[in-house]
Amino acid sequence: MGNQGYQTAPAGALPRRKGKFAKFVEQNIGFIYIIPWIIGFLVFKVYPFGSSLVYSFTDFNLFKGIKEVGVMNYVDIFTDKKITTALITTVKYAFMTVPLKLIAALFIAYILNFKIKCLNLFRTAYYIPSILGGSVAIAVLWKALFRDEGLINTMLGYIGIQGPSWLSDTSYAIWIICLLRIWQFGSAMVLFLAALKGVPVDLYEAATIDGAGKWRQFFTITIPLITPVIFYNLITQIVQAFQEFNGPYIITQGGPRNSTTLVAMLVYNYGFKLNEMGMASAIAWVMFIAVGILSVLAFISQKYWVYYSD
Amino acid sequence: MGMKEQKTVGTVLKYVVLIAVGIVMVYPLLWMIGATFKTNNEMFAGAGFIPANPTLDGWKDAMKNYGGDLNIWTSMINTYKYVIPKVIFTVLSATITAYGFGRFNFKGKGILFALMLSMLFLPQVVLNVPQYIMYNKFGWIDSPWYAPIVMPALFATESYFVFMLVQFMRNIPRDLDEAAAIDGCNSWQTLTKIIMPMLKPAMVSAALFQFMWSSNDFMGPLLYVTTQSRKPAALFVKLSMDADTGFAWNRVLAVSLISIAPSLIVFFCAQNQFIDGVTAGAVKG
Repeated sequence: MGNQGYQTAPAGALPRRKGKFAKFVEQNIGFIYIIPWIIGFLVFKVYPFGSSLVYSFTDFNLFKGIKEVGVMNYVDIFTDKKITTALITTVKYAFMTVPLKLIAALFIAYILNFKIKCLNLFRTAYYIPSILGGSVAIAVLWKALFRDEGLINTMLGYIGIQGPSWLSDTSYAIWIICLLRIWQFGSAMVLFLAALKGVPVDLYEAATIDGAGKWRQFFTITIPLITPVIFYNLITQIVQAFQEFNGPYIITQGGPRNSTTLVAMLVYNYGFKLNEMGMASAIAWVMFIAVGILSVLAFISQKYWVYYSD
Repeated sequence: MGMKEQKTVGTVLKYVVLIAVGIVMVYPLLWMIGATFKTNNEMFAGAGFIPANPTLDGWKDAMKNYGGDLNIWTSMINTYKYVIPKVIFTVLSATITAYGFGRFNFKGKGILFALMLSMLFLPQVVLNVPQYIMYNKFGWIDSPWYAPIVMPALFATESYFVFMLVQFMRNIPRDLDEAAAIDGCNSWQTLTKIIMPMLKPAMVSAALFQFMWSSNDFMGPLLYVTTQSRKPAALFVKLSMDADTGFAWNRVLAVSLISIAPSLIVFFCAQNQFIDGVTAGAVKG
């Protein structure tokens, strides 16, 4: 059947004479099904993506239009301390949340993979934060937990600790924002759990006979066999971490002293509060390139550590 | 210590860890539910979640508006005015696109599929500004039917769902399509009569995820909904927080809880579909 749509196979059942167009349609019927996607792709992705690059070299303002063209936005990005700080904070945020989230997810999945009673109950409990964590309601709850007289400090008070001002202290606030994301490790955990269940039991049995301990088995059998899922989780989590907006916007408004201003918030502030859409586009592009470099590095590194069985 | 004792200690330790982490995961939510029935004086006086003097004040206040023509119920209705169409459109358009990619060969398919997947790595933040400018030209900003939020769903713009459905579709034997073709079904009938019924669990998973994600969405409505009476629950919760934080926590938390109640109920009714859906994309295939 080669390159044709395989629907052409029972040709005898179809009307005998067909025009060129009908034949073309028949051979490319698959293409017709993806036409809606192609339209959406061009209109909602390619065009905005391209125009954003163009805007980034202008001082486009929704009300004033374009007055200046050049690389001034990019120069500003790397010289304005506020913007460089936000870029660095975002990278830090990604490097703090992604590994911790994945380690928590793998650790819990590993424990759940032993013959645990009430497995479904635990799995559900761990998964709920992933489902709701992105909502405004949970961000509000987070504020209630970590405010000065919040639940956490009340609990610390029981054991005689005077809790700090989590949300107004520059050294803690970013961690509270990170914690909200790490708390949502359930979706990555579910993936790890499914992958762990796929590791053949006889491999462990053979290793036990050879005298390999649990730790050794974990690092020489389990980890290599689930590297594809580790890779998938790593990539998706990196892309998501760079986009975090709700947490800092609602819980800390980027403060105290911009210590929780992440790139997505900066793009919002420039684009929609100050109406400097050219500048906002340039910041978004710098972030896109950062994410792009990280993803490419991850894809290149794949061949050194990701093990595909087929 | 003998082998047996060691094993028992290990088992106990595992349960201790699981329960401790479970408490960290669930207690904040339990506390939130209890807190909506507390007085504001009691709110942060102790760490327990059962109110000492239960009161409905928080809930009564949560029903009030903030001076505008928007309250929690109208904002909830607004939310589902775009969530429901978005869910339906996403599932249909993603299924059709997945059918095209998953079941046929045509010129350029490899490249197009790669482009489709690459959209998973394109951060939405990069698109926000230019999309806003474009929607503004279309006259879609603050549209009464939430066009900027609903319309893209008609065109399978979320690659995650297309990919997930392609992965599920791989498990449906191709013999079935061929048998249908021999019986005289055209490709569209094959899709609606053979593929879709078998793909139903995956379509339900996709619908559930889109339901959760678009109910939680905050950035979309923040940018595209400006008229007070059209604002959805996500914006109403933010409004309530800005107005009441510091003195009426029971009201703010009750509003928040109401806003996530439908998602919670849906999750509890369909948790297995969520787990199946989330594992389909990455583990199979």
